[in-house]
Amino acid sequence: MGDILSKYDILGAFWVTIQLSLLAAIGALVLGTIVAILRVSPVGVLRFIGTSYVNIFRNTPLTLLMVFSILGISFILGISLSQDLSRNAYWWAAIVLSVYHAAFVCEALRSGVNTIPTGQAEAARSIGLTFNQSLTEVLLPQAFRGAIAPLGSVLIALIKNTTVAAVILGTSEAAGLLAQITENEGASLPTFFLFALGFVILTLPLGILFTNLSRRLAVKR
Amino acid sequence: MSSEIVLFDAPGPKARRRHAILTVVGIVIALAIAWLVLRKMGEANQLEKSLWTPFVTDPEVWTQYLLTGLWGTIKAAALSVVFAGIFGLVFGMGRLSGNRWISGLCGAVVEFFRSVPVLIMMVFAYFGYFATSDLVSASTAPLASVVLALTLYNGSVIAELVRSGVFSLPSGQREAGLSIGLSPSQTLRSIQLPQALTAMLPALVGQLVVVLKDTALGVVITYPELLNAAKTLGSAYANTVPAYIVAALIFIVINYALTRVAAAVERWLKSRGQGPQKAGPAGITAAAVAEAESASHGH
Repeated sequence: MGDILSKYDILGAFWVTIQLSLLAAIGALVLGTIVAILRVSPVGVLRFIGTSYVNIFRNTPLTLLMVFSILGISFILGISLSQDLSRNAYWWAAIVLSVYHAAFVCEALRSGVNTIPTGQAEAARSIGLTFNQSLTEVLLPQAFRGAIAPLGSVLIALIKNTTVAAVILGTSEAAGLLAQITENEGASLPTFFLFALGFVILTLPLGILFTNLSRRLAVKR
Repeated sequence: MSSEIVLFDAPGPKARRRHAILTVVGIVIALAIAWLVLRKMGEANQLEKSLWTPFVTDPEVWTQYLLTGLWGTIKAAALSVVFAGIFGLVFGMGRLSGNRWISGLCGAVVEFFRSVPVLIMMVFAYFGYFATSDLVSASTAPLASVVLALTLYNGSVIAELVRSGVFSLPSGQREAGLSIGLSPSQTLRSIQLPQALTAMLPALVGQLVVVLKDTALGVVITYPELLNAAKTLGSAYANTVPAYIVAALIFIVINYALTRVAAAVERWLKSRGQGPQKAGPAGITAAAVAEAESASHGH
């Protein structure tokens, strides 16, 4: 165990996990919000674009997108993000994670909107609020509160899904490194539990935080 | 959609004009993206007819590669779903057990396997055990690893679904069972579980999508599934980009159909008055990890 820790850069691998999680979380939140706006917009064409985006990326395996980003887009279509091969893979991993999880962020936000009873909007209009007022004072606050729990789930899934980047990042990432260690040193349960613990540490506090938040901010109905 | 009714008034003349403008803008942007993609592919000679015609003219593309790969994907997914169902039922019931030790142990197991990434389990099972020992033959080692990892993860998700399904039943169900003289475990088995399982049917079908997509992780441990098949097809016919696009389309069609089935089941249950009281969108319920957990807190 001791020499595994000194021989392999496990902390470095988890640092990559954290970096990818942060980058992809921001990317997915921005992109997912845009897609969600398209998906609930009153314009049919925009709604169609949003829905297509969600259906395409939610139903394609993340692994396929990862592999395609390097073997297809980078190597064959020639769209590279960096001269350095491993940096290129790193940035593509962040982009693919963002694009994939944006579909889930969109669905989380939309499910937040769907928790609002129609009566809320009708009440807001009937007391004479303008469209913007009813949106900012009545509807969006409730929608965001309703979306907290599913958004938390998406974030946790995203952190775990950074491991899929191993298919293009190799051993610089946690799952790839574990594969290498296990292949070289044989099965060692302590190593497995160390990696598992790393993800428990990353995800468990977030799960508790989001559960508490969603409970505290839940709209009483 | 209900979101429109909530968010927007019926449009007046000004709003209708704005919508018309936005429609044009939307179409222009969509066409621009499509044009950009096609131009980029054209520049890299990926629109050459010879790269795409094998999918129509050469039956070997399908029999040798894509359908064989798809069979690998479906085989792994089917086995995983069956085992995950058993795992989920056992541990879900264990978590509901009145015995504090059993419920605590089952809870720890479920929470652990839910928070460890599937790929971590898969590579460890493969490189650590199945590939190196003679537990299984060398040719089934990748399949065994894929199925084991998917079973542990999805079984834990299903266990949570079982638990939250039972919790979301009205408490009168359990009380009625106990008051007619059934024991707590009889009440669980013959009154609560059947209702909970029916209510979670849409989420279960949705979970199939997750399993099907996750089989693609098998590419890391050389399991011959659809993504792997697309990879070899791409090198055999020198048409990597078309091969991946076709593989992606196959995944999308199957998973989209499953999502529609889940939605149909949900509607059907609702029309029978047995669905969950507060239904979330089926896709996100199944796909998001801790959804089962958050659903149980809603009540």
